[in-house]
Amino acid sequence: MSKHTLSVLVENKPGVLARIAGLFSRRGFNIDSLAVGPTEHPEVSRMTIVVNVEDSPLEQVTKQLNKLVEVIKIVELDGSASVNRELMLVKVRADGDTRGRVLDAVAIFKAKVVDVAPDAVTIQITGNADKLADFLAVVEPFGIRELVQSGMVAIGRGSRSITERTLRPVPVPVPPPAAGQ
Amino acid sequence: MSDSQSHGQITGAQSLIKSLEAAGVTDIFGIPGGAILPAYDPLMDSTAIRHILVRHEQGAGHAAQGYAAATGRVGVCMATSGPGATNLVTPIADAHMDSVPMVAVTGQVGAKMIGTDAFQEADIRGITMPITKHNFLVTDPAAIPQTIAEAFHIASTGRPGPVLVDVAKSALEAQTDFRWPTELSLPGYRPVTHPHAKQIREAAKLILAARKPVLYVGGGVIRSVAAKELRELAEFTGMPVVTTLMARGAFPDSHPQHLGMPGMHGTVAAVAGLQKSDLIISLGARFDDRVTGKLDSFAPNAQVIHADIDPAEIGKNRHADVPIVGDCRAVISDLLEVLRAEAAAGHTGDYEGWVAFLAGVKSRYPVGYDTPADGSLAPQYVLERLGRIAGPDTIYTAGVGQHQMWAAHFIGYENPNTWLNSGGLGTMGYSVPAAMGAKVGRPDATVWAVDGDGCFQMTNQELATCAINDIPIKVAVINNESLGMVRQWQTLFYNGRYSNTDLHSKRIPDFVKLAEAYGCVGLACEKPEDVDATIEKAMEINDVPVVVDFRVHRDAMVWPMVASGTSNDDIKYARDLAPEFDKDDL
Repeated sequence: MSKHTLSVLVENKPGVLARIAGLFSRRGFNIDSLAVGPTEHPEVSRMTIVVNVEDSPLEQVTKQLNKLVEVIKIVELDGSASVNRELMLVKVRADGDTRGRVLDAVAIFKAKVVDVAPDAVTIQITGNADKLADFLAVVEPFGIRELVQSGMVAIGRGSRSITERTLRPVPVPVPPPAAGQ
Repeated sequence: MSDSQSHGQITGAQSLIKSLEAAGVTDIFGIPGGAILPAYDPLMDSTAIRHILVRHEQGAGHAAQGYAAATGRVGVCMATSGPGATNLVTPIADAHMDSVPMVAVTGQVGAKMIGTDAFQEADIRGITMPITKHNFLVTDPAAIPQTIAEAFHIASTGRPGPVLVDVAKSALEAQTDFRWPTELSLPGYRPVTHPHAKQIREAAKLILAARKPVLYVGGGVIRSVAAKELRELAEFTGMPVVTTLMARGAFPDSHPQHLGMPGMHGTVAAVAGLQKSDLIISLGARFDDRVTGKLDSFAPNAQVIHADIDPAEIGKNRHADVPIVGDCRAVISDLLEVLRAEAAAGHTGDYEGWVAFLAGVKSRYPVGYDTPADGSLAPQYVLERLGRIAGPDTIYTAGVGQHQMWAAHFIGYENPNTWLNSGGLGTMGYSVPAAMGAKVGRPDATVWAVDGDGCFQMTNQELATCAINDIPIKVAVINNESLGMVRQWQTLFYNGRYSNTDLHSKRIPDFVKLAEAYGCVGLACEKPEDVDATIEKAMEINDVPVVVDFRVHRDAMVWPMVASGTSNDDIKYARDLAPEFDKDDL
């Protein structure tokens, strides 16, 4: 098994997320993480889906995804040719004795304190999965009170865009009203 | 409707009916109810659309399937929200498995009520997501024409399938304009129909190099209207042909190159033809488990050319050495063109030994049956005679089980779209309503529903619909007073412990009286010597539906058989009898 990152461009319509989630569950594929949001085109949303599968089931899931009418395009993003980021908010126990050391870790990882309480700090950190795991290993001994994490978002390196060509309208002529109408 | 660009203020319901008319709909099977009620009012005034009021929504769905499978046009069914819509779920799932072009229109509760658990509310769009090609929920009346146009386009193009359009009652009641679209907005829907020339050349190369090739023909050949091209390809190359359950009729059963149906209950020749081949040319088939048996021992020495309009089918179950995405008719035509050019240059395949071997297997192991010693009626004999008397221009539908397999083997099919059955989902009860739909779509054809006594009791209420609406179908009930296929498995695999398979249908109900109660002619037959006369009598009745209760021997079994989960090498052509192949045949 290996992790694959799929960027899926979909029509921004109600029910699309349910269709995609349903497809993964019905065909027995596990989603590691899923993030969805708008793109530079208001009619298009972009999902970043991380799946943990062998190559041959990956091909099958991609083909099945492509069959969904509202799926416009699927691109697998290669780890080295793309930038990927996750966002984590973590509430770490920090009193007068430990706060200094927690803040050191925040500085080292270029994280950011976004809230402070007498006995805890809330830290925002972004990065790839490895960086987030390393950070957690460092602050874990102080005591983690609460943690929330986003799905991964990813974008290819370089100037090319996966959205530019796909969104040209594809006109499909409609047959004229049936004869005799 | 005189003007396709009508700008007058009309209701959403009127817009829906105008849209269906514009999409070319002439027949709808359905039942009204609260949420869809507004649509039934303008439907009453439509001169273009005939609405057939069925007795159960499942009947409407299967009728739409039968209509579509017999004509190639999109079948349409209509139901109200909640239970009306959920009753369509089985036929929708069936149409999805068997790639039947169908549009289901359902009413939904008013937009403001959606999500409140309102009376007769069911999330039918959510329910049918995994069993439709696509589905829509319409709450904006202005979106009705565009949605209907898209629904028919999606249902009928690419790999055909069912599309559901759920319309909120509030949208049907609101005022709107009708504008039939000139363009569809489906940026994510671009089915590839024309095959890649390079793949066709690769396929031709394998075909010329093969010594033991076989054309594995699936339902896609029928859906793509490619029977004529298939016959040209088969005859030009001399390759043997097998037709799956979904493809019966795509190639004439009488043709010497035809080995019959492969699979769990396939002929020995068709199973051996795939199993021992060195090249399988799959055309619109999907390597279903009922065809392959145990997958890892299926056709172990065969390379595979897999042509399908749905890329997701290619390589799903069996690796494809040459994948070809495209419409079967285009694939076969292109292949034929390349092979003709190769032949002109002196390159043809050499299949002589293989063809002779299979001809030997075919003549040694024909599909046969034992005549019951006690003089009772053999079900296979009934179907053999039915096929002979009703002939190959008749449309036959079947339910699911033993009678379906016997009908697939013993009737004899010569033409596409004359054998309609529930192949993928295996829906008992398909036969009678599908026959009704086929007869509406092809009123000049004789339509015989071959049904089991178990299946028949699931959907026979549609006989009322047929009798009242002048849809004179004919039904052959193969009455072995049991759930015969399940009983067969109990005989073979459960030591003859017949748990809950005895239906007592020779006692209750009385099928002749039941037919008469429904305004049909009821006939019964239980002796072999009466079969011909009974069928001929049924053939002469064309003003009302006819039901014939063929009271057959209950212990007849379907052979050949590859037991579930075993290899096709272990096929038995009768109980405990395996075909013998010489070692040098292999």
